Amino acid sequence: MNQPFTPSTALPDGNGMFGRFGGRFVAETLMPLINELRDEYAAAKADPEFQRKLAYFQTDYVGRPSPLYFAERLTEHFGGAKIYLKREELNHTGAHKINNCIGQVLLAKQMGKKRIIAETGAGMHGVATATVAARFGLECVIYMGTTDIERQQPNVFRMKLLGAKVVPVTSGTGTLKDAMNEALRDWVTNIDDTFYIIGTVAGPHPYPAMVRDFQAVIGHETRRQMQEKEGRLPDSLVACIGGGSNAMGLFHPFLEDASVQMIGVEAGGKGVATGQHAASLNGGTPGVLHGNRTFLLQSEDGQIIDAHSISAGLDYPGIGPEHAWLHEQGRVEYVSATDDEALEAFQICCREEGIIPALETAHALAEVAKRAPTLPRDHLMVVNLSGRGDKDMMSVAHYLGDKFQ
Amino acid sequence: MSQANSTDGISRIERCFAALKAQDRPALVSFLTAGDPNPDTSQRLLDGLPEAGVDIIELGMPFSDPMADGPAIQKAALRALDAGQTQAKTLAMVNRFREKNQDTPIVLMGYYNPIYCYGVERFLEDAARAGVDGLIVVDLPPEHDDELCTPAARHGIDFIRLATPTTDAKRLPQVLANASGFIYYVSVAGVTGVGAATPDSVERAVADLKRHTRLPIGVGFGIRTPEQAATIGRFSDAVVVGSALVDHIEQAATPDESVSRVHGLVRELAQSVRRCREEEVVS
Repeated sequence: MNQPFTPSTALPDGNGMFGRFGGRFVAETLMPLINELRDEYAAAKADPEFQRKLAYFQTDYVGRPSPLYFAERLTEHFGGAKIYLKREELNHTGAHKINNCIGQVLLAKQMGKKRIIAETGAGMHGVATATVAARFGLECVIYMGTTDIERQQPNVFRMKLLGAKVVPVTSGTGTLKDAMNEALRDWVTNIDDTFYIIGTVAGPHPYPAMVRDFQAVIGHETRRQMQEKEGRLPDSLVACIGGGSNAMGLFHPFLEDASVQMIGVEAGGKGVATGQHAASLNGGTPGVLHGNRTFLLQSEDGQIIDAHSISAGLDYPGIGPEHAWLHEQGRVEYVSATDDEALEAFQICCREEGIIPALETAHALAEVAKRAPTLPRDHLMVVNLSGRGDKDMMSVAHYLGDKFQ
Repeated sequence: MSQANSTDGISRIERCFAALKAQDRPALVSFLTAGDPNPDTSQRLLDGLPEAGVDIIELGMPFSDPMADGPAIQKAALRALDAGQTQAKTLAMVNRFREKNQDTPIVLMGYYNPIYCYGVERFLEDAARAGVDGLIVVDLPPEHDDELCTPAARHGIDFIRLATPTTDAKRLPQVLANASGFIYYVSVAGVTGVGAATPDSVERAVADLKRHTRLPIGVGFGIRTPEQAATIGRFSDAVVVGSALVDHIEQAATPDESVSRVHGLVRELAQSVRRCREEEVVS
């Protein structure tokens, strides 16, 4: 069921707006900097040499294209739609995050920056950032909430091995939003030499558009690969959403194809009705945070409420502004999956396909579990397998408790 | 009671700066977070500021995610929110202050989201009625003037613009275009309460701003002591002290102690800015 839709390829507008969402809600100190970044990025986008370098690193360093894999056993298990997995977890560093980091680090080099900062939740963006900083010989500082440091120890160690400094953030609940606040404070203090690699399609303009463009390689490849395998477009696309970069990367190249249905899966935590969740679209209201207007989890008085999710990477009280816009346009359907549903889907994927997905990705698989059985055998469904789950072993063991004893 | 924030077309902020110009001294501007450490103490802190020597009051509207603030003001916001502060309570504080004081300008400072959620028009109506004179909203650059700056002007509320060390000559006209009240020069590229600029660089920046605007220039960020306030006050129209005052609230053992410590530092700062240009002549 797709409504008539105005193509969004022209968005954002000059002010970085997607309809009423997006924008540049930052302190004056940062404005000259983000305007410079906007201009540099616009130039790079049109520069064949930049695009050539980007393609080189995507291929030889990241390992693209990632396979579009027919998940035969998952398809049989659910007994409905024909399920394909877009294998972003096979990228270098184990998730889609590096697609964006490679693009931004090339820009940072071009702008003569010496120091890279980033926020991270699950640590996947932190690891990808530390990786590209090492590759390009740049100093790297990663902000990570103390709660997340505890539940994502393997990634903390990876970042340190890669030469990054991991700064624990104790403010708030010590999760992703607090790490982003602290990264913004670092940026405003070290404007001259520092480049902030934001990990998702959020933040002030041009980040939402820039990160989207770097991640759109996922959707472009999927389109080509599906044509090769099935000779037609997929019928539906499913992806998990925290900030929303893996979903936007898969969806964006298909937005104008009215026959392609898109489903974004937010983290429902203990259930949207309990208030303990990270589902900004399904359980939030419009507001302004971290440089953009979008849907937020917040009190009536505009104070941000802490998100809850089993998955550190989805544990964020906001969402990229373009998703907020697509939600209001009705172009993408946004649903949620609970912690328990994600854990169940996580185990099914392990056992049926021999693929251990990230807990973030398991939310998308939970929606597949609900939807695929109801669909005909000739329905082509693509799930973005956005990351691998090695980092989640400790959390999953903890949650599954006695099953492992 | 409805309180107009301007009589005969001259705002409280304009009147304040005109009076200080006649005395040839800078304004002392204090920053405190509304509701910190609790509503009653915060009201006592606010009410006593003019008598202690503050010329213009900045009152922070607490926000859960103050991205431009250092640890001192972050903690102040959290203390206030934990004690139940809301936008409505902050406006009520101003209202109570105005029952006793019609002269001292009050500028509300904070982030856009709590205003946006309150509703911009409703907020401006209630703020004007309470006796608010100006707004400083950290995350609303001139690119977003239609959100709040332009509507505020219709309610007679000044929109005080921040200029920073990164605001270059190309950008300055845009920053100054819809500014009113005064210009707040953020002397350090960074967050509040951390680090201080060299007086020479601040003096050059203020002189540069004065070439482009007739509005008074206030300087803030990194001013903690009476000596620093005097140094900056020699060449600026206002000096803003925030984190140093807020630190006293954190360090005080009791609410009474926080009131006496904050007002005590304000008195020292006030004496210092009142004499700062005389000293210049002597030296």
